[in-house]
Amino acid sequence: MITASASRYAAEYPIIAPALCGQSLPWLQQLRAEALTQFSAQGFPSPRAEEWRYTNVSAIEKKLFSPTAKLTENNVDSDWLKLYQLPDAWSVVLVDGHFCAELSVLDGLPETVSVMSMADAVETQNIASLLENHLGQAVGNAEHGFIAFNTAWFTDGLFVHVPAKLVLEKPVQVLHIATQADVMATTRTVVIVDEMAGAKVIETFAGLDNAYLSAAVTEVSVGANADVTLYKMQCESEKAYHFGGVYVKQSRDARFSHHNFAFGGLLSRCDIHTDLDYASECELNGLYLGVKRQHIDNHTRINHLKPHAISRELYKGVLDDRARGVFQGRVIVAEDAQKTDSQMNNRNLLLSNDAEADTKPQLEIYADDVKCGHGVTVGQLDEKSVFYLQSRCIDEETARNMLTFAFANEMVDKITIKSLHDKVLEQVLSRFPQEGVNKEWL
Amino acid sequence: MLSIKNLTVNVGDKPILKGINLEIKAGEIHAIMGPNGSGKSTLSHILSGKAGYTVTGGSVTYQGMDLLEMPPEIRAREGVFLAFQYPVEIPGVSNIYLLKAALNSIRKHHGVPEVDAMDFLTLVKGKVRLLEMDEKFLYRAVNEGFSGGEKKRNEILQMAILEPKLCILDETDSGLDIDALKVVAEGVNSLRSPERSFVMVTHYQRLLDYIKPDFVHVLAHGQIVKSGGADLALELEEKGYGWLEDTQAAA
Repeated sequence: MITASASRYAAEYPIIAPALCGQSLPWLQQLRAEALTQFSAQGFPSPRAEEWRYTNVSAIEKKLFSPTAKLTENNVDSDWLKLYQLPDAWSVVLVDGHFCAELSVLDGLPETVSVMSMADAVETQNIASLLENHLGQAVGNAEHGFIAFNTAWFTDGLFVHVPAKLVLEKPVQVLHIATQADVMATTRTVVIVDEMAGAKVIETFAGLDNAYLSAAVTEVSVGANADVTLYKMQCESEKAYHFGGVYVKQSRDARFSHHNFAFGGLLSRCDIHTDLDYASECELNGLYLGVKRQHIDNHTRINHLKPHAISRELYKGVLDDRARGVFQGRVIVAEDAQKTDSQMNNRNLLLSNDAEADTKPQLEIYADDVKCGHGVTVGQLDEKSVFYLQSRCIDEETARNMLTFAFANEMVDKITIKSLHDKVLEQVLSRFPQEGVNKEWL
Repeated sequence: MLSIKNLTVNVGDKPILKGINLEIKAGEIHAIMGPNGSGKSTLSHILSGKAGYTVTGGSVTYQGMDLLEMPPEIRAREGVFLAFQYPVEIPGVSNIYLLKAALNSIRKHHGVPEVDAMDFLTLVKGKVRLLEMDEKFLYRAVNEGFSGGEKKRNEILQMAILEPKLCILDETDSGLDIDALKVVAEGVNSLRSPERSFVMVTHYQRLLDYIKPDFVHVLAHGQIVKSGGADLALELEEKGYGWLEDTQAAA
């Protein structure tokens, strides 16, 4: 039976299907087919859905971005790439959704560690079986169209596996670079860190000054007592559309930190979900900076499934011009999750009368012995602080710039990788008036 | 140095200062005392340029300039320093950054090149030792998570580094234990010089045991009701403010 599709993208699927990775894996083919069926039925999320009420993605449906079947000639300027690529990390560079070996750096990896492109991973025998157990696990039942879309369409991505007790000495970076107009890059990343191991992974998104779509889904499995830090540096072009989803499963005693820097894109949306097992800990930090007509939406969900887990969340936004920031944070404490300790905060600084912040913290608590709190602020710079700086010889404009920068810098300062810290700092400084803010003194 | 003539100030429609006259010469220390609500803090805010007050009459001349016409940062660069009663916490800006930005603003204002990085550190570390502070304070965010005493000490540290000409101390002793008070007073005393004047606004006489004023003025109901030497402070301690307020009411 043929039913009308909710999306024009589905009609185009047969063109790209033969070029997608994993043709020889029946389980993956089946996963993709199911995802396609689901996406065909539901399409991209509608603003009628509660979790999408502030963010209308209908422009993505209208624009009909096109996937590329393979890596086209790489014309990435090396100086431009240096703004984003860390000199001291293993890196996988994806250009318009395809692995580019010549820009990637993978030498010197410990023998037992796997870091490779997703397209290579599905072709590698013992890794494909590991993937079978993990791909699609952390996302669970895809709740909205972007997840099914990603599963059906992903061309490539990053695969990381760190075996038990091994702590990676250098971070792993995946760079998603968009170089062509009207292209869509659909990528899937799977990070598996076994028990008592440790890894730091950086996802960077950047593109040339075009309209394009990045649709990335990342699944992370943090083994028992393991440690994973994931950084996201989203610096898409001003015309780009971005969907990024991060879905995490934390085992017992596992620690997971996420640092989400959302700076670019005309319209961007990031979902971060984590499931907490017994006595595990998560820390979700975010900074979003919006200028002009940017729309930046961040959704987080922390599932406290078992007792004694700890979650800490702080999202800060600075919005200027006509920019709009959305924060929706849900913390769900299951009946079984006694002694949960959870704190969620969202702070917004509005620099213009036309900027808007929509914030919605939600606590759903089904256990009776828990410590949960949340706080939200939306406001302007504190005039007492402006006066204090003026009384210390600093003119009003510089004082305001300093305070705005300081507000954002709290999140930048949480980055423990020096080279990444400096790159993110550059991005922050380039987005706001910095007259009088002297980074030499920082 | 500073000449206040017939100064009247309102907050909204409410008169707070009702004709203040005060002459401060270089090198002098003046204490301004008075009960809560007498207008002491308003006076220090007006001198430093805080918004929210309306000057309805009179004048303030600082080194020949009309102080009330100057924005707060110009006053500060010309040497007016307010040590706040409640220093503001500024997360994300380190102490050392603020000190350097402030010092270089003053130098730029006077057409002097920026301070050399090594000289600056030497200067700052010397003053940190003077105030018995930990060097780690320099790299912490301004006043963030500081105790009351640490905040007040930090104000005096800034003062010691910026070397102002007119130092206004707003209730510097409130919230300080005796040990912290001694350190702060020592810091202030080390800054005394024939070119520098102090205005100490205080509710408590205790501070004056450690920083001896040349003049004491009593402010009540927005006016200076009595002026005298250091002895006046002792008399106030003994008798309280009541007899002065009564005198004024009778007059």
